[in-house]
Amino acid sequence: MGSKLSIALLALAAFTTSVQAQDKDIIARGEYLARAGDCTACHTAPEGRLFAGGRAMPTPFGTLYTSNITPDPDTGIGKWSADDFYKTMHSGRYPDGGLIYPAMPFASYTKVTRADSDAIFAYLRSIAPVNQKNRPHELRFPYDNRQLILGWRTLFFSEGEFKPNPTKSAEWNRGAYLVEGLGHCGMCHSPINALGGTSQSDAFKGGLIPMQNWYAPSLTSNREAGLGDWSIKDITDLLQTGVSARGVVYGPMAEVVHNSLQYLDDADTKAMAVYLKGIAEGSTPPPASTVLPNTESSLLISLGKTVYDKDCASCHGTQGEGKPPHWPPLANNQSIEMQSAVNPIRMVLNGGYPPGTKGNPMPYGMPPFAGLLSDNEVAAVVSYIRTAWGNRGTPVSAREANELRSAPLN
Amino acid sequence: MFARVAASAVLVVTLAAFDGAAAQTANQAPDTMAARVEACTPCHGNKGEGTSDVYFPRLAGKPAGYLYNQLLAFRSGRRKYPPMNYLLEFLPDPYLEAMAEYFAGEHPALPQPVPSDVSKEVLAQGEQLATSGDASRNIPACVSCHGPGLTGMQPGIPGLLGLRAAYISAQLGAWRYGTRTAKSPDCMQLVAGHLTEADVTAVAAWLATRPALDNPAPVAKGTYALPFGCGSQPN
Repeated sequence: MGSKLSIALLALAAFTTSVQAQDKDIIARGEYLARAGDCTACHTAPEGRLFAGGRAMPTPFGTLYTSNITPDPDTGIGKWSADDFYKTMHSGRYPDGGLIYPAMPFASYTKVTRADSDAIFAYLRSIAPVNQKNRPHELRFPYDNRQLILGWRTLFFSEGEFKPNPTKSAEWNRGAYLVEGLGHCGMCHSPINALGGTSQSDAFKGGLIPMQNWYAPSLTSNREAGLGDWSIKDITDLLQTGVSARGVVYGPMAEVVHNSLQYLDDADTKAMAVYLKGIAEGSTPPPASTVLPNTESSLLISLGKTVYDKDCASCHGTQGEGKPPHWPPLANNQSIEMQSAVNPIRMVLNGGYPPGTKGNPMPYGMPPFAGLLSDNEVAAVVSYIRTAWGNRGTPVSAREANELRSAPLN
Repeated sequence: MFARVAASAVLVVTLAAFDGAAAQTANQAPDTMAARVEACTPCHGNKGEGTSDVYFPRLAGKPAGYLYNQLLAFRSGRRKYPPMNYLLEFLPDPYLEAMAEYFAGEHPALPQPVPSDVSKEVLAQGEQLATSGDASRNIPACVSCHGPGLTGMQPGIPGLLGLRAAYISAQLGAWRYGTRTAKSPDCMQLVAGHLTEADVTAVAAWLATRPALDNPAPVAKGTYALPFGCGSQPN
């Protein structure tokens, strides 16, 4: 009898242990997925507690304040069920059915599976609750009317979990799931129209990020950030460490690598690389030069070479070859050549550091030249690097350089 | 805390690896802190000595703890200056510590002070406040915390030598208006709150006239007692 009881107790203990271990696994999985979704980028304020919200999100329609997603019952999501959480992720609605502003990327998160949503919820339930009331949004009329979201949803929101493409490999489909779903890459890398939406046919075709004035290049065009001509290693290096033989991340993408991508495991990173390389359209022949450089742009480019040789060549090389991965090449660098010159101009003005990551804990920084170069010199050096060494960009004007001096820095 | 220790350990290992990599190929960026902090040099000078822009401070030789606190404050946005906030936003703590150590360990010569453009009376008022304070208005002397030689004290109190009047005045103003803050108790905000604009002009002008010292190194921690609590310099 006694031995039977002990066996039963042992079995119960083993069961409890295995349930606890299972819970731990799900929570760990949820933490990993929350990183893949970069929840912290918005839901943690500077110097704020983890996931307590309150971060100001400036938009063209006013300022939104992110919500507290810690398990505090009064001010967070402590009273939510896993069903409630899935509803926000999948349908963009609060538990009471209220509409969520699409600054929350539910148009991407709708693709997340129920199991992954449950794991993220289990993780969020496990973190420290923070009692911090959500701050009301400050939206201008008429955008303060949530009913307008219904119109936005009709135009731009298509609800539904990710459907694998049976003609593609499991790896490609895993990459697609991460890029289109939790990664919500399309939030920036798709053109945003005046209604703050992206049409399906424009997915990943690039666009200027509202309020930030950085250009998020197309992920499908090899003339922008399309990765069709990149090796898988260069892509995974860029995503995991922030630097690669082809270029480094900067601006808003530095945030993405810092908070999210550096934590993804090798298999998921490679899956994303395979998918991203796959969606790039085949190399297109460069368009014929639209305008021959006139006298003005010849002068500009000539001044640009002088500036370049004095201030840039020591790191980026006299032929734009760079010293990769830390000092990126500028020759044959899509980021320099692409149609929008916003990013190269801003890098010259503002400089910048790639993110510090596990794979690159002490990155090298580009000095800001805003205080050292005139508008004319900035335009000149950017025109030079966009047209030298076989690069196929176009010259830029001093006015474009001047306009970006006032671009927001954070 | 554990993560912090682990991260520091990684950094130490990485630094050790750099020392071993003496043979560098010409097509690699040099494995040095000097190369890594080139982004700082247009405003702060190659060795942190400052530049001709009077609003950008000298960094060289300041206590590493002070520099690290400033890097953390710029990274979080607590200390507001968008070009700095932007540059540091995604850099990890151990790297910021390494940057602070780097500039703390540089010792380019202090600049010779330039003659002040304020009157003798104003300079005298500045000297009075800086060296004796004004007890009736609860203003401690600068030297009571920044040291008799104004060289600062390890680990968190900066020296005030080699700074231009425009920079000092701008920082005191930022404290008065609350746009520059530090860990509580925020001693400089308390002090600056008691200063008038005329006080700020006078103190900044007098401090900028202080001659360079042969040894401007900050004194050791605990060399003298602070007159009141300061979050940046815990006892």
